[in-house]
Amino acid sequence: MKITESLRGAAQRVDDCIWEIPAQAKPGMLVPARLYASGPLLEQMDDGVFEQVTNVACLPGIVRASLCMPDGHWGYGFPIGGVAAFRADSGVISPGGIGFDINCGMRLVRTGLTEDEVRPRLPQLIDALFGSVPAGVGAKGFVRLSGSEFRKVMVEGAGWCVARGYGWPEDLAHIEGSGCLPGADPEHVSARALERGTEQLGTLGSGNHYLEIQVVRPGAIHDERVARVLGVDGPGQIFVMLHCGSRGFGHQVGTDYLRIFDRVMPHYGISVRDRELACAPFRSKEGQAYFGAMTAAANTAFANRQVITHRIREVFSKVFGRDAHALGLSVVYDVCHNTAKLERHVVDGREQELVVHRKGATRSFGPGEPDVPADYQEIGQPVIIGGSMETGSALLVGTARAMAETWGSTAHGAGRTMSRAQAKRQVWGETLIKSMAERGILVRAASKSGVAEEAGFAYKDLDAVVDTLHRLDLSRRVVSLTPIGNIKG
Amino acid sequence: MGRYTFLEDVALADCAVEIEGKSLDDLFETAAAAIAGLMVDPGTLAITVERRIELEAPERDLLLYDWLSEMIFLKDRDAQVFPHAVVRVTGEGPYRLTADVQGGIIDPPRTALGADAKAVTFHQFALEPVEGGWRARVVIDI
Repeated sequence: MKITESLRGAAQRVDDCIWEIPAQAKPGMLVPARLYASGPLLEQMDDGVFEQVTNVACLPGIVRASLCMPDGHWGYGFPIGGVAAFRADSGVISPGGIGFDINCGMRLVRTGLTEDEVRPRLPQLIDALFGSVPAGVGAKGFVRLSGSEFRKVMVEGAGWCVARGYGWPEDLAHIEGSGCLPGADPEHVSARALERGTEQLGTLGSGNHYLEIQVVRPGAIHDERVARVLGVDGPGQIFVMLHCGSRGFGHQVGTDYLRIFDRVMPHYGISVRDRELACAPFRSKEGQAYFGAMTAAANTAFANRQVITHRIREVFSKVFGRDAHALGLSVVYDVCHNTAKLERHVVDGREQELVVHRKGATRSFGPGEPDVPADYQEIGQPVIIGGSMETGSALLVGTARAMAETWGSTAHGAGRTMSRAQAKRQVWGETLIKSMAERGILVRAASKSGVAEEAGFAYKDLDAVVDTLHRLDLSRRVVSLTPIGNIKG
Repeated sequence: MGRYTFLEDVALADCAVEIEGKSLDDLFETAAAAIAGLMVDPGTLAITVERRIELEAPERDLLLYDWLSEMIFLKDRDAQVFPHAVVRVTGEGPYRLTADVQGGIIDPPRTALGADAKAVTFHQFALEPVEGGWRARVVIDI
């Protein structure tokens, strides 16, 4: 604990909301650690963050600094909110910098409906969504896949779904990497991962995963010009937000390769401060195998969110008696949280290929960047920040500043401030569901205790996180979204 | 059976658990009960399934990692959870586990669901002999 206290104390303010722990603060650090946070948000970060962000700074091949976003909290391996880039030619790749829920991510779907139209049918809508999108422990999806079809999903991602009628062709342009990251290699996926994930396409999961009906309240549009480009018509408009990942398939890929990297590290002369940071050189046999399998899981996560989007459209069509196109149910954007991607960034004035790890962090590419959709080129990539089911979420856009400062990265949520057990002691799930209903938010959940774990008070103030991102210019605030209905695992 | 305690203030979004057993076999049996209790309320699970599990690992702690990972795997592949286990660990490296487990199929709403465990992490992962038995610390990603 003394080490951690000294690490917190070693954090020096270098700019308005930027704190730096010098590379001399802990033996083995190769670069400084940088935390992006207002003073109060830094205070709220638990000790684990300081330990973990400096552990990451010790990994071979890390470039410039080990980063932590304003929603950072104690995770495993990397902190949640951790971002680090490694040289592709001489750096490492680490499952602990990605997490087991590979490409856990957010998708935002607009509608042409208003709250006045949706509110009378909200109970019916929430019940129908809960019935169509399986959630919670042991849930199975409706898509039946053979082994060969599953391998196609791994390579083609969301495109596989659209080709089979689970989506619209135009959806793909509004997904990070067009819903299909290059480099997926099913040959490096274990049979166990296939067995574990084959029946889960189209399932939500549990924990902090959710499907939410949201509304734009008066005064919630912070940038009208950019909002219009993103399909935001005005106050009262309904949106649907989705948070889930690669399910058991991705979890098994992470488990398989953590065991492999734990074994091969001595062969590469690598030692780590946290065993969860087990890693291998990116260009090694094991590093390339993991990259291929991890990318396959990332593409499967895109497919999962695409299949769920299809179910959302089906449900809205049925409840409102109109075609999903007529209801305006188009994808605003889909972002990854837990990935390592090969990207080109400028280092010391020269463009280099880097393996950018984002764990509980979102890409935030600015205007003009190649992977930003054509219709968003002038505004930058949409950034979807999930808050809590009680308080709301936010839509922002990426910036040039993020490209220069954080490898084009930003926060992913509000960030927890208390453990799940603490939250459950403070409120019963049933009580919270009733209280939220009284405030106009209908909740359907597979696990009542899971609802208590996700209570709003267990999270930091989302506005404080978003304000900090805006002040830092890592992302620019566009719209705040308020929940009126929530489905949880 | 030994005992297990869910720890607070360790990896806030996940679940840390400390497991104690009078013997290594007891610790593994208790670990099965702990992870089953994390995923469902065992009192709401009809015990209808029995199966034998055999594992081998080069180290004792890796055997525990694989044992818990197997429980999570079966939850996803077969929708089965196993709160009860009779475990025998043998060998001096490699270590072998033979377990006869009893459990049931997840059947909501009859089964009260808990957390959908994703994986066993190596963060603060430990298995060590202590006075009167064995103790382990495991952080589960949920």
